[in-house]
Amino acid sequence: MSLASYLKSKLVPADIDEHINRIRKPIGSLGYDPWGYNNEVIKYGFSLTRQIYEKYFRVEAHGVENVPAEGPVLIIANHSGQLPIDGLLIGYALASREQQPRIPRAMIERFFPTVPWLGNLLNEFGAVLGDPVNCAKMLANNEAVIVFPEGVRGSGKLYRDRYQLKRFGNGFMHLAMKYKAPIVPVGVVGCEETIPAIANIKPLAKALGIPYAPVAMPVVLPAKVHLNFGPPMYFDDLEIPEELVTERVEQVKAEISRLIDKGLSERKKLF
Amino acid sequence: MTKQRRPHILVTGAAGALAQRVINQLRDHCDLVAVDFREQVYLGDDIPSYCIDFTKRVFEDLFRRYEFDGVIHLGRIQSSQLTRMRRYNANVLGTQKLLDLSHKYGIKRVVVLSTYHVYGAVAYNPALIDESAPLKAAGLSADLVDSVELENLANIYLWRYPELNITILRPCNIVGPGVRNTMSSLLASENAPVLAGFSPMMQFIHIDDMADAIVKAYRKPVRGVFNVAPEDWVAYQHALKLCGCRRIPIPSIPPVVPNLILKTLKLKSFPSYLTAFFKYPVVIDGRAFAREFDFKPKRPLREIFRFYRENKRPV
Repeated sequence: MSLASYLKSKLVPADIDEHINRIRKPIGSLGYDPWGYNNEVIKYGFSLTRQIYEKYFRVEAHGVENVPAEGPVLIIANHSGQLPIDGLLIGYALASREQQPRIPRAMIERFFPTVPWLGNLLNEFGAVLGDPVNCAKMLANNEAVIVFPEGVRGSGKLYRDRYQLKRFGNGFMHLAMKYKAPIVPVGVVGCEETIPAIANIKPLAKALGIPYAPVAMPVVLPAKVHLNFGPPMYFDDLEIPEELVTERVEQVKAEISRLIDKGLSERKKLF
Repeated sequence: MTKQRRPHILVTGAAGALAQRVINQLRDHCDLVAVDFREQVYLGDDIPSYCIDFTKRVFEDLFRRYEFDGVIHLGRIQSSQLTRMRRYNANVLGTQKLLDLSHKYGIKRVVVLSTYHVYGAVAYNPALIDESAPLKAAGLSADLVDSVELENLANIYLWRYPELNITILRPCNIVGPGVRNTMSSLLASENAPVLAGFSPMMQFIHIDDMADAIVKAYRKPVRGVFNVAPEDWVAYQHALKLCGCRRIPIPSIPPVVPNLILKTLKLKSFPSYLTAFFKYPVVIDGRAFAREFDFKPKRPLREIFRFYRENKRPV
C-alpha cells in the first residue's frame, strides 16, 4: 500500500469517500475542474471540516433544504470573524446534507491566490477567486456559489460592530438576474465571537499587503455557530436602473438581517 | 477537360514538429510550400522547402511563383529562442510582411498560430478566459511583447482586410513527441523546477490534436480569434508527477527571490520571464472553437503524460 493510500484510509472514512463520489461534480479526467477543485483533496478537507463543524463549533443549521438540488444558485450571507470560517461552515452544511447534497463554491478575497500553499489548497477545496467573471462562468456551469457581498468590510469588522451589516455590493444581484439564479439568504451567528478583534492596524496591513491586520487573541474561540438558511428569493431579469437593483439588494440584506435576529434569539449562550 | 486546381498553401515554421504534422495531413490534397526562418528542412520531393527571412525581398518571389490560395503561419519564434530584438523582427515585422504580401497577392485564407501566453499570468485571472479578455502579457515581461504585438497586428489585418479571412488560434501548452517548447522540455526532464507552494492549473493539448485543429480551422473560412484547449485541466505539479519528473522547489516569496534565482541560473526550460505562468493559472475557454469548427481532441491527458514518463531516457 502506498503512503498516499495509507494516509487516505486513516484520514478519510469510507462513508465520506462514498458521499463525495456520489455528488457528481463536472470534472476532467484527472479529477480537477477549471478553477482547481480536486475531487480527492476535498475528501480530506471534508473529513477535517466534519470535526470542526460538529465538535468545535457545534453548528446548528436550519433550513439547508432551502438550497435547490440543482441548477445555479447564489448563497448570500453575512461575513464575519476575520477568517473565512463562515464560508467553510456554510459549505459543509450543504455538502453534508442527507438529501441531494451539493459542494458549493466560495468566492474568496483577491489576496489569497498570492499566498503560497494556502491559495492552491483553497482552490482544491472548491474556493474560487472572487471575480465576477468566475462567478458568472460558475453559474453558467450550474454551480452553487457562496458570496459574501460585504467582502472584507464584513470579515474585518471589529467586535464592537458585531452583527451590524456593512454595505452590500450589487454585483451578486446582477449575476443572479442574468443567470436566473435563485438567491438563498443565510444568517450566520457565532462567527463574530470566534476571533473578536478590538482594533485594526491599517499601516501594518498595508505594509504586508493584506486586507486588514486585526488586534486579537491568536486563537480561534469555540463559539457555538447557528446557520439559518432562508427560503429562496427569485428576481426577474428585466433591464432596470441601478437604484432598483440596489432596492433588490436591500431586500436580500433585510432578509439576512431577519435570519441573523432569528439566530441570535435561538442562541442560549456564546460558547 | 480542365483538371480542378489543387489549393496552393504556404506553411511557415516548417522546421517545427507541429508544421510537419500539418503538412502531412494536407499534402495529399494540396500543393504545399514550406518555409522556415531558422533552417531548411527536407519534406519530400513534392514539397519545395526554403530557409528564408520574411522581411527580405526574395520572400515576395515565392508569392509570385506559387500563386498561393492560403497561408498557415506557424512560424512564430518562441520566447525561449533568439534574442529579443531578432525575435521581434521575425515575429512582428516578419508577420507584417507576410500579411502585406497575402493581401497584395489575393490570398483567401490565413491561419495564424498565437499562444495563450498573450493573456498573461496574473493573480487575479479568472478561469475559463475567453477570447475577448484583455491581453496582459506585455505588462509582465518585455520578452512577451512580440507575442502580443503579433496578435495585435493579425487583429488589425483581420478587420481591415476581411477578404483575407484571418483566423488567429491561441492554443494552450502544445506538448507531445517532437515538441521542443519550454513546457515540453520540462515534462521530458528528470528534474523540473517548481515555485514552492504554487501549482497553477494548466491545460495541455497533444501535438496531433493541435495539427487537427489547424487543419480544421484552415478548411472552414470563419474569421476571428479562437482559444484552442481541451476541456480537461491539471495542476502543474500533478502533471510533473504523472510525467515522472522529480520536482525541485525554488523559494517563491518574496517575488524578487525566484526572479533573482532564475535570472542567475538562466535555465532554458524555466526562464525568468515565464515565472508568473508557474505561479498563477491561465485557464482558457476553448469551447467557442470546439463549437465553430466541430473540434474534439482525441488524446487524453494521461496518454500525453505516459509518453513523457516512458521516454525519460531515450535510446
